[in-house]
Order: sequence, then C-alpha cells, then structure tokens
Amino acid sequence: MTDLFGVPLPVLTGQALIGLFNGAFYALLSLGLAVIFGLLRIVNFAHGALYMLGAFTAYLMGEAFGLPFWALLVVAPLAVALFGALIERFLLSHLRGLDPLYGLLLTFGIALVVEGLFQYRYGVAGRPFAAPPALSGVTNLGWLILPHYRTFVIAVALAVCLGTWLLIERTRLGALLRAATENRPLVEAFGVNVPLLLTATYAFGTFLAAFAGVMAAPVFQVGPFMGSNLIIVVFAVVVIGGMGSIGGAIVAGFALGLLEGLTKVVYPEAANVVVFAVMAVVLFFRPAGLFGKPA
Amino acid sequence: MDTTSEARPVTPAPGASGWDRATAATLAVGLALIAVAPFVAYPVFVMKLLCFALFASAFNLLLGYVGLLSFGHATFFGGAAYVTAHAAKVWGLDPILAILLGTVAAGAMGLVMGAVAIRRQGIYFAMTTLALSQMAYFLFLRAPFTHAEDGIQNVPRGRALGLVDLSDPAAMYVLVATVFVIGMAAIWRVIHSPYGQVLKAIRENEARAVSLGYRVDRYKLGAFVISAALAGLAGATKALVFQIATLTDVAWQMSGEVILMSLLGGVGTVLGPTVGAAVVVVVQNYFATTGFPVSVVIGLIFIACVLLFREGIVGTARSVRARRAARG
Repeated sequence: MTDLFGVPLPVLTGQALIGLFNGAFYALLSLGLAVIFGLLRIVNFAHGALYMLGAFTAYLMGEAFGLPFWALLVVAPLAVALFGALIERFLLSHLRGLDPLYGLLLTFGIALVVEGLFQYRYGVAGRPFAAPPALSGVTNLGWLILPHYRTFVIAVALAVCLGTWLLIERTRLGALLRAATENRPLVEAFGVNVPLLLTATYAFGTFLAAFAGVMAAPVFQVGPFMGSNLIIVVFAVVVIGGMGSIGGAIVAGFALGLLEGLTKVVYPEAANVVVFAVMAVVLFFRPAGLFGKPA
Repeated sequence: MDTTSEARPVTPAPGASGWDRATAATLAVGLALIAVAPFVAYPVFVMKLLCFALFASAFNLLLGYVGLLSFGHATFFGGAAYVTAHAAKVWGLDPILAILLGTVAAGAMGLVMGAVAIRRQGIYFAMTTLALSQMAYFLFLRAPFTHAEDGIQNVPRGRALGLVDLSDPAAMYVLVATVFVIGMAAIWRVIHSPYGQVLKAIRENEARAVSLGYRVDRYKLGAFVISAALAGLAGATKALVFQIATLTDVAWQMSGEVILMSLLGGVGTVLGPTVGAAVVVVVQNYFATTGFPVSVVIGLIFIACVLLFREGIVGTARSVRARRAARG
C-alpha cells in the first residue's frame, strides 16, 4: 500500500473526495450569496434556511407523491425559488436604499422563523432520504474509492457553477445584471424592469440554495437546522473569496472544502476551525478577500 | 458604511457633560426601579434581566456609537462566563475577583477578534465577527475546562471579599445591581467623553475623521475592547447568578439575541438596549412554557423591527416627543 505523509493513499484521496464533496455545497451556497449580494446588496442570512427548505421540500414531496429523485431535484428547488421570489417581493424590496446591515438582520429574522416553524412541525430529529438507486454503490480504483453519489454531486455542482458563471459573465442577461449592479438608474432609463430583475435574481439565488439542499438530503439527514451552522462556514468562505466575485466564490468554495477534508486526515481536531482560521489570515493580509477588489 | 442611507438615527448632541434635568430624572427613576424590582418580581428573573440589559448596552456601545454591527458578542458574554465559573469553582477564587478575571478575559478576546475584524467595515465586519465567534465556539467546545455539552455546573457563588455570603439572594441581588450600575455608568461615561465624540464622528463620516488626523482603527479597536469587556462583565455576573456556564452563551444565537435587544429598544440610545432586553427576556420566559419555539417569535420581532420600527422603542418615543415639542 502506498503511503503519503504516513497516511495510506486511499484514505487520503477518500478524505480529499469528501472535502471536494463538502466544497461543492460551499461553492453552490457562496455562489448564490454572491449573486444575490452583487445585485441586491443584501447578505442573505436566510440562505441556510432556504437550503434546508430545499431538502425538506424534496423529502415531503417524495413522501406525498412518490416522485423520483430526478424530478425532485428540479421541482423542489423551483418551489423554494417561488417562495424566495415572494420573500423578495414582499419583505426585502422595502429595504432599498437602506444600510445593507438591515438586509442581513431581516434575512436573519426570516431564517429564525422558517427554521423554528419546521422545528415546531417536524421536530429536530433528522429524516433519512434515499439516494437514487442508479447512483448507489462505489467503484474501487485501487488508489481511490469512488462513491457514485458523491462523485455525481461534485460533477453536477461544478457544472452548475460553471453554467452560472457563463450566464452572468457571457450572456446578455448577465450583462444587464452587471450593468444594474454598476448603475441602476441608467439601466432603468433604458427601459429594463429592474425590480423584476431583482426579484428574479433573489429567486435564482434561492434556487441554487435549495438545489444544494436537495443534493445534500441523501447524505446529511434532513432536519430543520441542517443549514444553520453551514451558513456561517459559507459566510467565511465568501469573506475569503471576496464578496462581489462570482468566480472567487466558486474557487474558494471547492478549495476550502478540500482543505477542510485534508485537515481531517492530518489533524482532525482542527477540521472545524480551519476555514475560520484561513479567513482570519486572509483578512489580515488581503482585507478585500483573495479575489475581491479593494473597496 | 452607506452615507446616503437614512440608516441610523443621529443622536442629538447633548451638552458638554451630557447632564441635564431629564437625565437626572431618568437616573432617579432607574435606581428606584432597581431597588423596588426584587420585591415585585422574582429576584433571579430581575438579575437575569439586569445581566442581559448590561450585555445589550455594551453591544450597543459598538453598534449605536461607532456604527459597527458585531455578530460575535456571544463569545465575550459566554467566554467570560466560562472563565468566571472556572475561576470560582476550580481555583476557588473570590467571586469579585472571578468576575473581574472574566471581564479581563473578555477584553483580551475582544482585542484579538477586534484586531482582525476592524480590517473590514459594514456588512463584512458583521460576517467576520460571526465567523470568528463560530471559531471561538468550536474552541470552547473542544477546550477541556468547559466540559463541552455539560458546561461548568454547580458554580459556587462564594463569599464576596471573604465577607458577604452570596448564596443569600439579597446579597447576590445587591452585587448584580451594583455591577449593572457600574457598567452602565462606564458606558455613559464613554459615550459622553471626548473619546465618545470621536467615535460618533467615525460613525457619521469615517473618511472625514481620518482626514482630521484621527487614527480611526485605534479608536475602533478601543471601542471594540471596551464593549467586549463590558459584555464579559455581564456574562461573568450571569454565570454566578445561575451558577452555570454553558455553550448556549457562546453560540451565535446569543449574538443574534443581543442584536435584537438593541434594535428593539433603540440603537444609539442609552436606555434602549435595557428596554429591549426587558421585552426580549419577558417574551422568552413566556414562550418557554408554551412549547412554541421562541426563535419563531424572536424572528418575527426581528422582521417587524427592521421593516416598521427601525428606531426602536426608545428611539420612536424620542422622535414623537421631539415632534410634539417642535409643534409647540
């Protein structure tokens, strides 16, 4: 058996894979946060609750209608995105022009309400959610044991991140979004319905969070607080990557997931705090984040 | 900070010393309330309220007077509680010394967190403090002396200065009330000092304060440390009142609660956080018995505060009074 740093290679690559798998969720969530922040100037504290909503909606729809995983992966995030659009339309839209801190506090309140209501209705115990049968099982490559579902999640997350990046950086719609970020009145003067754009953007960010939630459901159990600690790690990821940067969010998400996974091999006690420690170091030397522009 | 927003209400500049007849009257009423309260309400409940009121006021020193929203103040509140509980129980320290040690420890934690966090402003500052306090949470969870999920239980209240037995509820109440008054006086003093004026200048227009030659980062860090130490004073005292220090007090939910207390009572008002703390503690006590999750109620109050009620209770009252006065 080959060893690296005194650790058997399959263990190391296995942890790296788990790290990338967690990183896929960091990337999807921080990407959604970056998209929302870019246009709405709101740090969406409800992102963890929306992620939980995605998982729970999939679980409940699966129980009620017996839908297959593939259908749930699309339908549940769409349903949650609709909820997100309502939040934006009826709550967040009242905060335009105020200090961004109010957006953070409002979405914090929304997260508390949503998570509390699910706790009240469904209790705190986690619920199991089966992975699609086609993706159960593992492939042993000798130097790497490849669980199919986790590999699938990493691949899909990469594809979604890349697609979002292309959408924002390379299409006309993305150009409009970026223009509205830079100079809203001017874009409005060109006849673009900016309030609709804002609602759609928030709904899209919500979709990404809920999508991540559905993919997380088979691995992490479905419970009302599955997103509440995750969101804080994702905040740290976003600070490291640089808030405004779409690419930074994606790269930082995967990289920090990987780093966390490898820390688990080398020094397990530090795995919980390594992301925060990196954040402190980055803030000290590059306050704007690794990919952010200095304010 | 977005200078064009209507954001925070600007506090009307008080007299040089901040003393006037209204302040003196408020002080007299406040002291009378503190003296009467334990005879009307359950003393432990009043002590809890005073601890949280001091905690919220310490937090508000930062948000209301420097414009920095810390999402990590639970670390100082709960961290000081751990230190005090450990000092009183394991080292057998005098309760007064244990409280002081907790306060100093909180100040030191504030120095470390502040040094990193003040490198960013506004929303980034909030996210950074949240992440750092989550890191502190995991460190407390791991540290052997905190006993993880069990917490430090059965902390002896001991004899203050070796003389007064604090297991007597009356003696404990006097100690808590004294700590509260000293803490509030310290906050009032900071706000109305030349130092506090510079802090407010930074809140209103940081670039201008820099151009006037103030070393803004040092002022911010100083305010952060003072706020952390006073939050620690509140947490240390609470640890002796309830004779326990647990993870609840260092968790991010606690940081959220203290923000709500400030916001609800009125950010940037001296008395607002105390009023807000009273409302939140009463609401929590009520819903604790119903089985309905308190977090839902807290969340709803948050939403209502942000959407309808940004000046808070005391801030709104002050605006109404000012409008009446203007009408004559």
